[in-house]
Amino acid sequence: MKVRAQIGMVLNLDKCIGCHTCSITCKNVWTSREGVEYAWFNNVETKPGIGYPKEWENQDRWNGGWVRSAAGKLIPRSGGRWRLLSKIFANPDLPQIDDYYEPFDFDYQHLHQAPEGRQQPTARPRSLISGERMQKINWGPNWEEILGTEFAKRAKDRNFDAIQKEIYGAFEQTFMMYLPRLCEHCLNPACVSACPSGAIYKREEDGIVLIDQDKCRGWRMCVSACPYKKIYYNWKSGKSEKCIFCYPRIEMGEPTVCAETCVGRIRYLGVMLYDAERIQEAASAPAEKDLYRAQLDIFLDPSDPRVIEAARREGIPESWLEAAKASPVYKLAIDWQLALPLHPEYRTLPMVWYVPPLSPIQSAAERGRVGMNGELPDIASLRIPVRYLANLLTAGDEAPVVRALERMMAMRCWRRARNVDGVEDLAVLRQAGLSVAQAEDMYRYLAIANYEDRFVIPSAHREYANDAFGERGGCGFTFGNGCGGDSPADLFGQRKLTTFAVQPTRREARETREVTP
Amino acid sequence: MNYLDQFAFQLYPYIVMAVFLIGSWARFDRAMYTWRSGSSQLLSGRGMRLGSNLFHVGIMVVLGGHLVGLLTPHSIYSVLISAPQKQLLAMVVGGVFGLMCLAGLGILLLRRLTNPRVRATGAPGDTLILVLLLAQLLLGLYTIVISSHHMDGGVMMALAEWAQRIVTFRWGAAAFIAQVNWVYKAHLLLGMTLFLIAPFTRLVHVWSIPLSYLWRPYQVVRRRQPALHYRLRS
Repeated sequence: MKVRAQIGMVLNLDKCIGCHTCSITCKNVWTSREGVEYAWFNNVETKPGIGYPKEWENQDRWNGGWVRSAAGKLIPRSGGRWRLLSKIFANPDLPQIDDYYEPFDFDYQHLHQAPEGRQQPTARPRSLISGERMQKINWGPNWEEILGTEFAKRAKDRNFDAIQKEIYGAFEQTFMMYLPRLCEHCLNPACVSACPSGAIYKREEDGIVLIDQDKCRGWRMCVSACPYKKIYYNWKSGKSEKCIFCYPRIEMGEPTVCAETCVGRIRYLGVMLYDAERIQEAASAPAEKDLYRAQLDIFLDPSDPRVIEAARREGIPESWLEAAKASPVYKLAIDWQLALPLHPEYRTLPMVWYVPPLSPIQSAAERGRVGMNGELPDIASLRIPVRYLANLLTAGDEAPVVRALERMMAMRCWRRARNVDGVEDLAVLRQAGLSVAQAEDMYRYLAIANYEDRFVIPSAHREYANDAFGERGGCGFTFGNGCGGDSPADLFGQRKLTTFAVQPTRREARETREVTP
Repeated sequence: MNYLDQFAFQLYPYIVMAVFLIGSWARFDRAMYTWRSGSSQLLSGRGMRLGSNLFHVGIMVVLGGHLVGLLTPHSIYSVLISAPQKQLLAMVVGGVFGLMCLAGLGILLLRRLTNPRVRATGAPGDTLILVLLLAQLLLGLYTIVISSHHMDGGVMMALAEWAQRIVTFRWGAAAFIAQVNWVYKAHLLLGMTLFLIAPFTRLVHVWSIPLSYLWRPYQVVRRRQPALHYRLRS
């Protein structure tokens, strides 16, 4: 047993209102720069939909993640080492910027500077890549928001596999949910395995997967290898970038920006202990449906004395072991088994898990349209097809999804019976396999969701901090040398880092000058 | 032999080597963040698969051929192949892969000049090296035509002798170049100039051929080392 610790995240989709606060705060902090203006380390998708970038879940197209060979060996879906190197000059699986969207901004200044004319001036869009006028914006980071676009396009969503999807195009049958997405900080990351330079690594102490910006050479294999499409190539710096799990905040014991600013309080951060020796075994489980169970099996019980002893041997600090015992992620994923991994069939063992959404089910049940199964409404006749959630979260295995939904519903029924009817409805808890104490805890963590309960993050230890003396007079977080972008010229082609501004091409600027008197 | 020959083929090579090696080292050490291949495939993949593959495979074989062909002492391969045979081999292999490289380079240069996204985001240096490489390639292909007039291998041997004398720091190397056709001289000069500017352009990525990927383990985990050690001062 080789104990390792990781900060994991759980998102309670039942409470996500799709407000994009997480995406906006993340963007403002990390990707409001030229070169990554199209990149969203965190984005919120409306499901069903093809997502961002287009059809990211379609691995027949992008060849992301791992596959298990007939011999039981785990190999990247895009091929072995020689195959990968042979694609280095032009990666055939690389998404184009149009698969994300062509970033644009509007000529706002024209509203101020337009000469007197017969029409109201308008702010027309301009490409942030080429600087050229865009006649029509064809796609954006959230084009399918709240079931935008036609059903025929949205229905390309791979989670419709094995579902008679046609009926869900009808207005009466339609359903939707939000899916906030960020880097999964996988236990078996495919991006790390695909990096020819070895620049991507997982930090041993907290499991955060990072790209060493100095070592990255821009071979861009990680972009296609990540099945979640959460690595973005910075076209300006020529380096790939990804969600850094706000590690400067995590090290200080603070939650990530997306989690901190979530107005719905749907995000949880906590320590998970796992057995690093069994990662390969878990990731190469023969049947895809077993992968969720296999990943559960390598997590370790933080209150088991043998685990604690082994963890101490690995040098995991006491504060981390204490945090692991109070981890909300452990409670949601292991104790109550409400949280499920996103697409375990990619075999990357993701560490950002999701509680499936319940609300549409409950409202349907209240209208008396669904049958009852014992004490609880029958999960099988719900608005969001269980099969759809299972395709999303458990590689098609419906049982864990049904159990999670039943438990959440049972907790609500029990609370309602207590608060409204004044009775202790234990039958409903029994059916969902919950004790009263567990239900109380679930209520506390899911409904009240206090800050201290959602985020249990031990800070990094002083010994690991760099000697600050060498940083004196420095300018903190920069790119490359010096204070970044201030020097007028650089011998080695360092390009000035700016926030982006609409820059008309020279030809268009000339034309505008000629028209304007 | 005039003083220009003496400078171009006796002194300039050492200036180039110094700038190339020290410049690359300085960039690696001082500005590693700028060390990259500089791919623009994300912005437009059109023509990349054909163009980039043809160009890279072509230029790797051509460059490898130059290194082996010029720097291997004649005595090592003389038992296997005579000088005229070697010249023929060099002309055929260089011709085939040179044309391949030319086709790819043409596609890439056209893309860089006409694709609005690539043109707007690229640096001037990116276009410059493509133009210089094109000129170098055309000169190189033209030397094949010139070489076909003298198939005895003599000029080739002179050029190899020059290269070997340069890398072994021997005086009198330029004398081997003084009498050859101007095309060879121009090809040599431009070739050396490409090495001269390499540390300041995206060409540095040729240093980074990621062969170690073939044997490194798939997963990379970095352990953080404590930076501070608390202990009593003795």
